[in-house]
Amino acid sequence: MLIPTSETDAAYIIRNAAAEGKALALCGGATRAGFGNFGQPAEIFSARGLRGILDYDPAEMVMTARAGTPLAEIEAALSGNRQMLAFEPMDHRGIMGTSGEPTIGGVFAANVSGPRRFVAGAARDSLLGVRFVNGKGEAVKAGGRVMKNVTGLDLVKLLAGSFGTLGFLTEVTFRLLPQPPAVETLVVSGLDDAAAAQAMAAAMALPVEVSGAAHLPLTVRHRFVNGGLPEGAATVLRLEGLSASVEVRAQKLAAVMAAFGPVERLVPEQSLLLWRQIRDVAPYADGTTRPLWRVSMAPSAGHQLVAALRLEAGVDAFYDWQGGLVWMRMEADAEADLLRRYILALGGGHATLVRAPDAMRSTIGAFQPQPEAVAALSARVRQTMDPAGIFNPGRMGVI
Amino acid sequence: MSEAIRFLAPRQDVLSRRAAIVADLADLLPIECLVQDARGLAPFETDAFVSYRRVPLAVALPETTAQVAAVLKYCHRFNVPVVPRGAGTSLSGGAIPQEDAVVLCLSKMARILELDYANRTATLQAGVTNLRISEAAAIDGFFYAPDPSSQLACTIGGNIGMNSGGAHCLKYGVTTNNLLGVKMVLVDGTVIELGGKHLDAAGYDLLGLVCGSEGQLGVVTEATVRLIAKPEGARPVLFGFDTCEQAGACVTDIIASGIIPVAIEFMDKPAIEICEAFAKAGYPLDVGALLIVEVEGSEAEMDAVLDSIVEIAGRHAVKTVRQCQSPTEAALIWKGRKSAFGATGRIADYICMDGTVPLGKLSHVLNRTAEIVESYGLRVANVFHAGDGNMHPLILFNANDPEDAARAEAAGNDILKLCVDVGGCLTGEHGVGIEKRDLMRHQYSAIDLAQQMAVRAAFDEKWLLNPSKVFPLDGRT
Repeated sequence: MLIPTSETDAAYIIRNAAAEGKALALCGGATRAGFGNFGQPAEIFSARGLRGILDYDPAEMVMTARAGTPLAEIEAALSGNRQMLAFEPMDHRGIMGTSGEPTIGGVFAANVSGPRRFVAGAARDSLLGVRFVNGKGEAVKAGGRVMKNVTGLDLVKLLAGSFGTLGFLTEVTFRLLPQPPAVETLVVSGLDDAAAAQAMAAAMALPVEVSGAAHLPLTVRHRFVNGGLPEGAATVLRLEGLSASVEVRAQKLAAVMAAFGPVERLVPEQSLLLWRQIRDVAPYADGTTRPLWRVSMAPSAGHQLVAALRLEAGVDAFYDWQGGLVWMRMEADAEADLLRRYILALGGGHATLVRAPDAMRSTIGAFQPQPEAVAALSARVRQTMDPAGIFNPGRMGVI
Repeated sequence: MSEAIRFLAPRQDVLSRRAAIVADLADLLPIECLVQDARGLAPFETDAFVSYRRVPLAVALPETTAQVAAVLKYCHRFNVPVVPRGAGTSLSGGAIPQEDAVVLCLSKMARILELDYANRTATLQAGVTNLRISEAAAIDGFFYAPDPSSQLACTIGGNIGMNSGGAHCLKYGVTTNNLLGVKMVLVDGTVIELGGKHLDAAGYDLLGLVCGSEGQLGVVTEATVRLIAKPEGARPVLFGFDTCEQAGACVTDIIASGIIPVAIEFMDKPAIEICEAFAKAGYPLDVGALLIVEVEGSEAEMDAVLDSIVEIAGRHAVKTVRQCQSPTEAALIWKGRKSAFGATGRIADYICMDGTVPLGKLSHVLNRTAEIVESYGLRVANVFHAGDGNMHPLILFNANDPEDAARAEAAGNDILKLCVDVGGCLTGEHGVGIEKRDLMRHQYSAIDLAQQMAVRAAFDEKWLLNPSKVFPLDGRT
């Protein structure tokens, strides 16, 4: 296991590995190590030795940290100033059955986002600048520390979500938001998946700034807030902001939602717990390796996908992002071909196999296959960053 | 007219084949979609960075993605440079052509293809203007957030090319944060789609890379963007201060307090006078600096937020606080701000800088900017997006005096270097274009730039797409 403690060390290790053609398994805290395809065997190369917040002026709402800084350390510092990461990064340890410490670099490398993503942007939207070492062992800077920056090509976006296949992140700079002083969650009860999709779309069309919209069908609702949700399937809508404003908006939203079903409100403690559990996919943090899919589609298509699959396979699902993010646990087979065919038929999107038994993972591509021209382009881009192909080879499939 | 910035030398082999190239293009496009005569080409010789002009070889005005693909495939095969163009409103020279290039202008592809409210998306051809998106969606209570000052004219394709911002980006983000998908044509004519109505890429975030790539990675022909429910109400409020320092410190304090208004716009005295003379917006003329702070939401919400902002402004000796009394008045306030560049153009020639700096450095950079411009014997007006530190000093000069023009460019370069040196960047929303190309080495090391150029070459190995822009002309791979 290689754990460099400086960017210079990291560059040295990479240069040597490139010269020898030796594969490196780039990671942070390895809490998402089960992600992606089975690649070639590779030596673990972790950023966890690069640790510490380098620059944090709360008034600027920007932070720079070494990539291996534990997320918990970042969040503690932010919380002290009533600030937060807008994209609500999920914790994968529950569903992946991993231990260890998630790192801020890992969060960005996997572009990990939570319930607020559909209105406030993904991890990649908050990432302003990076330093990384490319596959030639060169330290590269991209982006900066200001919110608006269009100077040259946006390599920052490219690194976000590249799962350690393009560069070894050493430093990340990201924007912050103030924590909302008040949170309110409305629960609309008893809707089926299709009605829930309509209700959520109606909520998003109102000028009330919904910052969370999820649908928790009957099969999963008891797994949230210790079974404390009202009877029936729960369609949950979150409002955040100044307390006076949240109250006014909650009343408006409740009035419109009453046409769909009975509306109740959660107490604040329940509210915080609920959205954390949605974020971390609590119902499927079940200690099993049953196949778990994460599907991103147009919000109105999510429930159609699940309905179509149900006719042919055992599937349990719940929805976030107004219905556009579907978490699906398969009862037996992963049904990858069927699933991906339906996604295309329903207007496109992508499915990622987040978890599965090893035997399944070795035969099913974890990421949605891309059209030939896009795959070729991605391969050429990778070639410029990691010409020797030593960073997590095979993890993202053809690229 | 200034000539300090070099273009690539025209390819003689292309120039000598001009007649044959035009004839071949005529086979690929309907007759009304090809411009080749001197009079027709003249409007395309520059963009809003008017100091530089080059007459292109020809202009293609395709009506379909297939025509775009045919032109690119041809140009790629015969090594003809291509300069993509939307409405030609670039302030950094992003759409200025060159003598050996075919301009690929998307203005005829201007149909709104779909407004999908259930999924909150709009799908548009690249030539649809920015403002039309919001206008089309307004009746159903939605809008498209990025709002460059040129929104009446500029196209969504151009916005994607430059990752455009605008006054309201403080809350809603810039183009890249509001773009969900594109259909685009690669340099060899291959048509690809990136993204769609879903969120986040399946593989590498090529969409994020394409946004802001200044027409160097391909030509976007269609885009899917995010729509947002229109707030119940919005209210701009004017805050007048004696000095720029007070206004700058007030901006920093507003953001630090945890309030994020939709917009915080800053105008110094020269800018106030210029805009007021043009728009009669009712700006106070007895102040040294003006902030336009816009809040939105319900009446109660706006009142609450404004109370907090007024209190913060009070700590910085605010001199005037003016809330507008009607939608007409609010529109007028924004009209004054958004016409700042046009109004300035009435009294002098100007170049508009676009550096972005950390908020804490605003006052320092404003002071230094004034000193720098004065040292060149010129005048400056500042009107910019203060909430995100995106500065727009307008350096006034006389374009008929070559020395004056050269001084203005030199002053601009000094200001942009200053922005980088205090931890900011060369361009917040206008793009590098030709204007800032030769300053790229001030912000990036040779290795940083080489990595960007290698990625660029992965899309366009022959460097045919908008080749004189963004990257210094020497040292290309």
